[in-house]
Amino acid sequence: MNRLETLFQTNNKQLLNIYFTAGYPNLEDTLPIILELDKAGADLIEIGIPFSDPMADGPTIQQSNQHALDNGMSLNKLFTQLKDVRKFTQIPLVCMSYLNPILKFGIENFCKKAKAVGIDGIILPDMPLPEYENNYETIFKKYGISVCLLVSPDTEEKRIAKIDKLTTGFIYLVTGKAVTGSNLHHNTTQVNTLKRIEKLSLKSTVLAGFGISDAAGYTLVCKYVNGAIIGSEFIRLLSKHPKNRKQQIEKFIKNIKA
Amino acid sequence: MKYKIDKNGYYGEFGGAFVPEMLYKNVQELLQAYKKIVKTAAFKKEYLQLLKDYVGRPSPLFLAKRLSALYKTNIYLKREDLNHTGAHKINNTIGQILLAKKMNKTRIIAETGAGQHGVATATVCALMGLECIVYMGSKDMERQKPNVGRMELLNAKVVPVNSGSNTLKDATNEAIRDWIAHPDDTHYIIGSVVGPHPYPEMVTHFQKIIGEEISQQLKKINGIPYPTAIIACVGGGSNAAGAFFHFLNNKKVKLIAVEAAGKGLSTNETAATTLKGQTGVLHGCKTLLMQNKDGQVTEPYSISAGLDYPGIGPLHAYLYNNKRAQFLYASDKQALKAAYQLMKLEGIIPALESAHALAALEQIKFKPSDIVVINLSGRGDKDLETYLKQQAQ
Ligand SMILES: Cc1ncc(COP(=O)(O)O)c(C=O)c1O
Repeated sequence: MNRLETLFQTNNKQLLNIYFTAGYPNLEDTLPIILELDKAGADLIEIGIPFSDPMADGPTIQQSNQHALDNGMSLNKLFTQLKDVRKFTQIPLVCMSYLNPILKFGIENFCKKAKAVGIDGIILPDMPLPEYENNYETIFKKYGISVCLLVSPDTEEKRIAKIDKLTTGFIYLVTGKAVTGSNLHHNTTQVNTLKRIEKLSLKSTVLAGFGISDAAGYTLVCKYVNGAIIGSEFIRLLSKHPKNRKQQIEKFIKNIKA
Repeated sequence: MKYKIDKNGYYGEFGGAFVPEMLYKNVQELLQAYKKIVKTAAFKKEYLQLLKDYVGRPSPLFLAKRLSALYKTNIYLKREDLNHTGAHKINNTIGQILLAKKMNKTRIIAETGAGQHGVATATVCALMGLECIVYMGSKDMERQKPNVGRMELLNAKVVPVNSGSNTLKDATNEAIRDWIAHPDDTHYIIGSVVGPHPYPEMVTHFQKIIGEEISQQLKKINGIPYPTAIIACVGGGSNAAGAFFHFLNNKKVKLIAVEAAGKGLSTNETAATTLKGQTGVLHGCKTLLMQNKDGQVTEPYSISAGLDYPGIGPLHAYLYNNKRAQFLYASDKQALKAAYQLMKLEGIIPALESAHALAALEQIKFKPSDIVVINLSGRGDKDLETYLKQQAQ
């Protein structure tokens, strides 16, 4: 059982998953930010592996991706940065990227290295289900890397059931018809989507993301599913290069979880 | 048929539908609509009628005598430049707009590089009374100004894209993001044989009339319904796919695809995907892709905005890998030279993209008895500034 599975077994409510981009704002910020988020009380962390063409991301995460790439971020670099991460923290770590950088690295090579440093799961929004089932599922399973699949407001029930069955990590519920960082103002699509998913009583843990940026969003989401994912708002905090970043992150998490 | 797409949307190992879940339903809906509607007699009739009365098809097949004399062979130009809006792009937008209407979509989005696809989209949107939003890299807006003006006159909203290299790849990202945010009322008219299945197949379907006409026209001219060779430029590959498709299974026809070499194949300033690329996933399909060792997509370069794309359509990746098509590369300089030559010898100002196809004549020796068709994909009105500036140098 990896750390993600352990977390979901022991605590499955009001989970807060924070996304940040590896190598952002500075190349060597990856590990310190993980440790600061852990300290501050995040329940799990989503490490963005930057990609040149992040098609599901809004301007904030696009810019952090480009900035990280300009800093020299890469998968090899990430595995070096995280080589000792498990000496310092046991917080579940999930990588988020697009398929191409992982394909280029090699799926099996990625899994091997990810397992070695202690990464627990992966999110690849542009990986189609048939590709996953036919080509990658056995590899991810072999290395114990949990795969988190997406569900969107337009995903039909039958397909949700299939995704629920295939997901070995959590279900990433996209609550709005939007790219990341959009302000959804807790609109009706969002609430209806949350209600619909709650009713389905899925076997998988469900974390909701896209357009969630504050305590109100977190509280709303936690009424219906297991927790929330916050990305762009956290990137905005980092983009200001705060001198007292550690305290700022603590305040950020505390405000949301209050 | 060997070159037909399989049921999962692949040509061999290339193709597929690599889209995030937010687009799954849209792409699925489009696939079903495409399969159900496009092959009906009523749809075909409407599509062909518009191509005839509105676009001006069939486009002529012109024997370029002075060019033929120079290269000591028989060179025919397939005059897609004479289509309404000045390029082959409108064959596809007519097809897709009719489909979008049938799907009850009210809002149309598109990406554009050279602006020809943007103009062709704005045009059919005006014709059908649909809202039109075109994403265009800010660099391309600068170098293809006349087309920006054209789109605006046609009531389209042109949205400048300032990310990555500010060109076609980035405009495509932005169009995909728009579609994610507007899945219900919007149809995305992709301009080339790229993107998730069914786009490569669908755009090929709407462009294949080019090759079908070439066949009929050659039959009338000399009794033989196929040429020795067809030459077309490849950005994403839609004009080439359209010119080649009818002849894919006829091994007697040599298919020659010309990519932009930019400042040269030994430089990084090139768009020669088949030489510089490896298999990868971008914009929803698995294909040959220019990328660095970390799988980051690299910025292509070409003087021609329509060829400045880091990938090629999955059909072309397949034709390249199994050698059904021969791929050649023309640099900025070679393309310009070929363009000026056509102006002088035949009185035709070609699009910079099409000039790359013309440049192949310098690279292949044809026999005096050969019949060579060059797909003149577009006219050069949009490139006047570049032509005048380069000539002055
Ligand atoms: C005249 C012309 N030819 C060719 C192209 C390249 O596109 P494709 O390779 O899809 O034909 C363009 C693209 O803008 C164009 O405007």
